[in-house]
Amino acid sequence: MAVQLDARPPVAPAPRPARPGLGNRLSRIDTKYSPYLFIAPFFLLFGVFGAYPLAYTFWVSLHDWDLLGADHPFIGFDNYTQLLADPDFWHSVVNTLGIFVISTVPQLLAALWLANLLNRQLRARTTWRMAVLIPNVTSTAAVAIVFAVLFGREFGMINWLLDHVGISAIDWKANRFAAWVAISTMVDWRWTGYNALIFLAAMQAIPRDLYESAAIDGAGRARQFWSITVPLLKPTIIFAVIISTIGGLQLFTEPRMFNSGTNAIRGGPLRESQTVTMYMFENAFAPHYNFGYGSAVAWLLFALIAVVAAINVLLLRRLGGGSRKEVSR
Amino acid sequence: MLTFTRRRLAAVAVVAATALLGTTACGGGDDAADGPITLTVDVFGQFGYADLYQEYMTANPGVKIVERGTGGNLDEYSPKLTQWLAAGKGAGDVVAIEEGLLVEYKANPQNFVNLLDHGAADLKGNFLDWKWNQGLTADGKQLIGLGTDVGGMAMCYRTDLFAKAGLPTDREAVSKLWPTWQDYIKVGEQFTAKKTGASFLDAATNTFNTILLQTAGNSSGYSYYDTGNNLVVGSNPAVKQAYDTTMDIIDSGLSGKYGSWSEEWVSAFKQSKFATIACPAWMTGVIEGHAGAGAKGKWDIAQIPGNGGNWGGSFLAVPKQSKHQAEAIELAKFLTSAKGQIGAFKAKGPLPSSPQALDDPAIMDSKNAYFSEAPVGKIFAEGAKSLKPVYMGPKNQAVRTEVENAVRSVELGKRSPEQGWSDAVANAEKAAAK
Repeated sequence: MAVQLDARPPVAPAPRPARPGLGNRLSRIDTKYSPYLFIAPFFLLFGVFGAYPLAYTFWVSLHDWDLLGADHPFIGFDNYTQLLADPDFWHSVVNTLGIFVISTVPQLLAALWLANLLNRQLRARTTWRMAVLIPNVTSTAAVAIVFAVLFGREFGMINWLLDHVGISAIDWKANRFAAWVAISTMVDWRWTGYNALIFLAAMQAIPRDLYESAAIDGAGRARQFWSITVPLLKPTIIFAVIISTIGGLQLFTEPRMFNSGTNAIRGGPLRESQTVTMYMFENAFAPHYNFGYGSAVAWLLFALIAVVAAINVLLLRRLGGGSRKEVSR
Repeated sequence: MLTFTRRRLAAVAVVAATALLGTTACGGGDDAADGPITLTVDVFGQFGYADLYQEYMTANPGVKIVERGTGGNLDEYSPKLTQWLAAGKGAGDVVAIEEGLLVEYKANPQNFVNLLDHGAADLKGNFLDWKWNQGLTADGKQLIGLGTDVGGMAMCYRTDLFAKAGLPTDREAVSKLWPTWQDYIKVGEQFTAKKTGASFLDAATNTFNTILLQTAGNSSGYSYYDTGNNLVVGSNPAVKQAYDTTMDIIDSGLSGKYGSWSEEWVSAFKQSKFATIACPAWMTGVIEGHAGAGAKGKWDIAQIPGNGGNWGGSFLAVPKQSKHQAEAIELAKFLTSAKGQIGAFKAKGPLPSSPQALDDPAIMDSKNAYFSEAPVGKIFAEGAKSLKPVYMGPKNQAVRTEVENAVRSVELGKRSPEQGWSDAVANAEKAAAK
């Protein structure tokens, strides 16, 4: 729809006796090619900072590439075969997926609920709406450091609170599942408000009369939410899920800052909270400096994200499929 | 149309500005051609150079020195430096390299200026022989770095906690308590029985490393790799012996389990949560930094259990990418001279690697006010000249990481000592092959 509207004005001044002057030709060239010029900056930047590194990383991953070495012999797909048989890599994949699931599912549900609250008639509505975004604008590193201290084994506030209700101290960093939960908390703290605002924007585009007629038919708030709001939000939910998938599987700063001290990149002595990106760093930089192997990790991560995103979209399509058709027709 | 162009112009301007910001943020040490030149020095931890820079700048008005990285963690510094070298841009004009990392850099000496081409050969007599040789490549043709310090070892302890536990506090008496590591464990058990609220030592990993370097130095002279660069983690008795002693320490419940260099470790210093810590000379500066002014006079220094040993020590090198190589080399020579090393020792405690400096009364008679006026010069310098270095193989850092993490997993109760040992050997082999 929007595309057609935009395209209309250049067509309008057409019916004039054709005088094939220079100006005319210039304006035709302008109409034809300037749109490409307008979108060019994005593609140029994407080419330089997106496509080129992507291709270069792949090229590196086919070599035995010592970061400081002078020559880098070509070894084909050796890095990939070695990586697929590397238990530490799969361990980091499980960690990443684990953290992704326990952070994203509650996060999106909470965001949906928050958006629904913010969509009502509230006093100081804008203030509330702005407030949910505050965690998102604070620096990730700062958030992660504060949370890492909160989740400290001996000097942390969470364990202190748990102690008050009679639960013995949890070693958040040394217990794999506990570490996942702690890191998920950081992620949720940061991204719930952001997703809530996206959902809110989409909710406001839902026509009021749908709710009015539903109310006349006797649907309560909950029913309205599940039968109107959620199905109509589906494209937005899919968007949020894909963005969360990409972010969640590339999780780095939070788990990295959560671990401090020697070899923090390892995510604990038994790699309790090492994500794929951390494993990539460990190999590409200290202590291994094996750039080729690290690049192979990066490419497998790329593949993993594509697969998980595809699965998510398929699942979501199936979930809300029936009701969406009814509403939109 | 006009608005469009304007907008596009604005967009281009923004992009250009960002790009510009990016490049200025990355550029290190390159300055305009005329006027005073700026030399950037990259360090980690505490090198104690601040006063020396002032002195050098006064003597050389054409040079301005900027230092980056004091107080930083070696673990964060090493990969950063490696990236700068790999990228051919970003490194300082003079960079500090820890001995463990130097091994890796020696395999690719093309990143550094050969100091032998700049008259460094005359300086050989200014350094302990083995320290000088560590800076040379395998073929002996290139000198990568000039030595700064060596890591002679002692045991730092809290007198207040010792008093609380009814142990002697005088450094001579404390040294007599632990001629061997088994004696150290016995003292630890006595200490723990008194329930002072503090652990006997900070973490098993640093202690393990100390014992290993000591045991290896006193026996074969190598730890994870033999001098033929074969990985010998599983077969070198020094490694197993150090591991077993560390297991005894863990078994006796002496460790506070504060992962070395972590936030908790720093907090534990501040909150007086442990009584002893294995103390290479450079550690004294670290303790002072972490425990803070409040703990001044509560720390003291005794002999290390066992006998001697060397941990750590660094070098100063000049990367090829430096735009002011000649000036940078002069600065590195100044900082690593006997005089420079004495100045650094007085400021932050790194033990000189120059025999002249070690003999200097300024070192021999020096006392450290923070450590209850302990005669640090005497404690560290006396043994320094007889230090036995431990050979390091090509992947020493990666292998050490695996073994230390195996120790840590036992310390945290995640693995039995036997499982930890088989983990250490298997993971070390895997890391060495990467």
